[in-house]
Amino acid sequence: MMRNDVFGLVYAGEENINLRELVNLRSVSALPVGARYRMIDFTLSNMVNSGIRNIGIIPKKNYQSLIDHVGSGKEWDLNRKNDGLFILPPYDTFENTGSYNGLVDTIKGAAAYLRRARQKYCLLTGSYTLYSGTYNEMFEQHIDTGADITILYNEEKKCAESGGHFKDLRLTLNDDGRVTDMQYKSQKSSEKKVAMDVYLIRKDLLEYLVDDAMAHGKYNLITDVFIKNIKSLKIYGYRHNGYVARLNSTSAYYKTNMDFLRPEVQEDLFSKDRPIHTKVKDGAPAKYGQSAVVKNSLIGSGCIIEGEVENSILFRGVYVGKGAKIKNSIVMQDGRVYENTSLDQVIVDKRVNVRPYSNLKGNESYPLIIPKGAVV
Amino acid sequence: MITKKRCVAMLLAGGQGSRLGVLTKKRAKPAVPYGGKYKIIDFPLSNCANSGIDTVGVLTQYEPLELNEYVGTGAPWDLDASSGGALVLPPYMSGQKGEWYSGTANAIYQNINFIERYDPDYILVLSGDHIYKMDYSKMIDYHREKGADATIAVIEVPMEEASRFGIVNTDEEGRIVEFEEKPPAPKSNTASMGIYVFNWKTIRSYLMQDNDDPHSDNDFGKNVLPAMLAAGEKMYAYVFKGYWKDVGTIESLWESNMELLDETPQLDLHEDGFRVYTRNYAKPPHYIGDGARVKNSIIGDGCKVLGEVENSVLFPGVTIGRGTTVRDSIIMQESDIGKACTIDRAIIDEEVTCEDGVVIGGDKKITVVGTGVYATKNSVIAEGDMIEPGRVLKQD
Repeated sequence: MMRNDVFGLVYAGEENINLRELVNLRSVSALPVGARYRMIDFTLSNMVNSGIRNIGIIPKKNYQSLIDHVGSGKEWDLNRKNDGLFILPPYDTFENTGSYNGLVDTIKGAAAYLRRARQKYCLLTGSYTLYSGTYNEMFEQHIDTGADITILYNEEKKCAESGGHFKDLRLTLNDDGRVTDMQYKSQKSSEKKVAMDVYLIRKDLLEYLVDDAMAHGKYNLITDVFIKNIKSLKIYGYRHNGYVARLNSTSAYYKTNMDFLRPEVQEDLFSKDRPIHTKVKDGAPAKYGQSAVVKNSLIGSGCIIEGEVENSILFRGVYVGKGAKIKNSIVMQDGRVYENTSLDQVIVDKRVNVRPYSNLKGNESYPLIIPKGAVV
Repeated sequence: MITKKRCVAMLLAGGQGSRLGVLTKKRAKPAVPYGGKYKIIDFPLSNCANSGIDTVGVLTQYEPLELNEYVGTGAPWDLDASSGGALVLPPYMSGQKGEWYSGTANAIYQNINFIERYDPDYILVLSGDHIYKMDYSKMIDYHREKGADATIAVIEVPMEEASRFGIVNTDEEGRIVEFEEKPPAPKSNTASMGIYVFNWKTIRSYLMQDNDDPHSDNDFGKNVLPAMLAAGEKMYAYVFKGYWKDVGTIESLWESNMELLDETPQLDLHEDGFRVYTRNYAKPPHYIGDGARVKNSIIGDGCKVLGEVENSVLFPGVTIGRGTTVRDSIIMQESDIGKACTIDRAIIDEEVTCEDGVVIGGDKKITVVGTGVYATKNSVIAEGDMIEPGRVLKQD
């Protein structure tokens, strides 16, 4: 079992400029998704459901909402006496500058945590890839192949189906599953195997590689460490067969939320054996009024619905007034959509008030975003 | 280290609730589910948390397993304190003796040692039978201002229903002058809510006295309170205004759930400053399908509704298949209703499975289906029936 052998290291500081207003006040890991969750919920739940009990999260900036959300890790049963959840924000010492150039010095900044971790292996992951599953079989393959590094990937049906090559790391594998080539941010690659930003690696090897790169003034883990050492390191790929989404643009964010409405995606993401945990809000169950009409929608707890909702995602505590029509939209926590409004292809951030008789319309490839706390 | 507490709450959760029939075959009454998410016991526990009372003894006796597991450390209600917290107190052996709780007063008597550990000024006695939101700290303040020995929370009930309750008659100052237990001709309509505040030192001696009396039923309402009144103790009535309902019968439980569906329900579960807490399970948001129709209903997390639901309460994890109609009903956690079923005016307990085409209930009498019942294809459960837990029903 991997339980005692692996600890998790999550870097939550990716720059995702394409997410526009959604990440002005929060990191991508704290991005609300699926009517109830934040991105980090999937990351943490996947790890916990695999038996990992020691997880460090490295935030970079805008991490207040992330810290507020994960708290002591109680919801994931990570408030432990031994191990548990550790938040490792950047800080300024003679070793660290308090900000990061790349993933290499990001990991270096958590050197003390790494040193203390008693587990032999590190599961290193980012936070903008959404999927649900355990790492148990990936770990088994890692041991069986004697790999130095195992990279989790998924296979696209057609190349770049998720819209562009933003930040993509594409893998070329030989028949044994060993990675023989990698293409990073390439516009030309025709590989359909895309890395999911999840790397399994022995802790001491990770420490060595990071130290070595730092000593040479190199900061990019993918290009300066993995690609550079592709011959000398045994790097293997492990394929994830379930649903995968990459929240690297506003349209991807919109599309992913809409994917949650598909029964097969719901079944894949929410298995009874591996629940996705999130911060408990103690809201009452959702209430539907006499005039409510709801179709093909995902509704969080605490909502009060008097109007019409179709093909939409309502997060917890949303109010929909009489005569309001919400279509193809995402309304985040505590949004109030008052009487006789109309919303179509709109992303409404947290705690927004949409006044009566407002009419808001966006576009699928460029949804209208109403920023957090706005009054429209 | 145990610190002194101003007030310790004692929650009587041992009630069998036999009038709830098949719903309490396998669980105590306080563990009965309510309102699409909660259990009855969530209300007194949340009230304690919202009143700043951090030490609650939960007295269990009948079918305690579900309750013990449910209350646990008390963390869902913020009652997991380093000193105090929520503590489950079953009857136990002491020396050569061990006995069941023989009455409400006896249950407290048997836990005198537990209460003494906190050296409280007051104890608050609660029952796990009612649905209400109440700030007990206001009642305790009232008790102190009046310099009372005992304070009983009362609520005004309709005069024509008063004879079903224990009626508390007071003078103009609110001091209690008389108790009437289910009187045929009540003198007033202020009914006891079964919520008491006592000065600990005073009630302690009455509990000892009561225990020494072999003729006593060891009941607060029948024995201890009348004895205190007869001895001239200062007893006051605290008038509570708000929603309060005994959900001890199938009809009242159904009614109280339906009252949550009013446009502005008297019991506001969405209120921010006074949340009702409950043990949460990690369920995804609920999904309403394309051909579904949901009207005037409460829907819990993790439900999947593909049919029609009207005037109903669905607990977490319930599935309603395509072409199914659910009306005026309560369906509890994890029940799975297939396609083309009709459910009318029914209470369906947890983990019930209905295959396609099952018909349950009618539009007059309430039908109750016990937990774990399996209804095979096209089977019929007649209006007013009570189906025992775990039964398998086949088409006649």
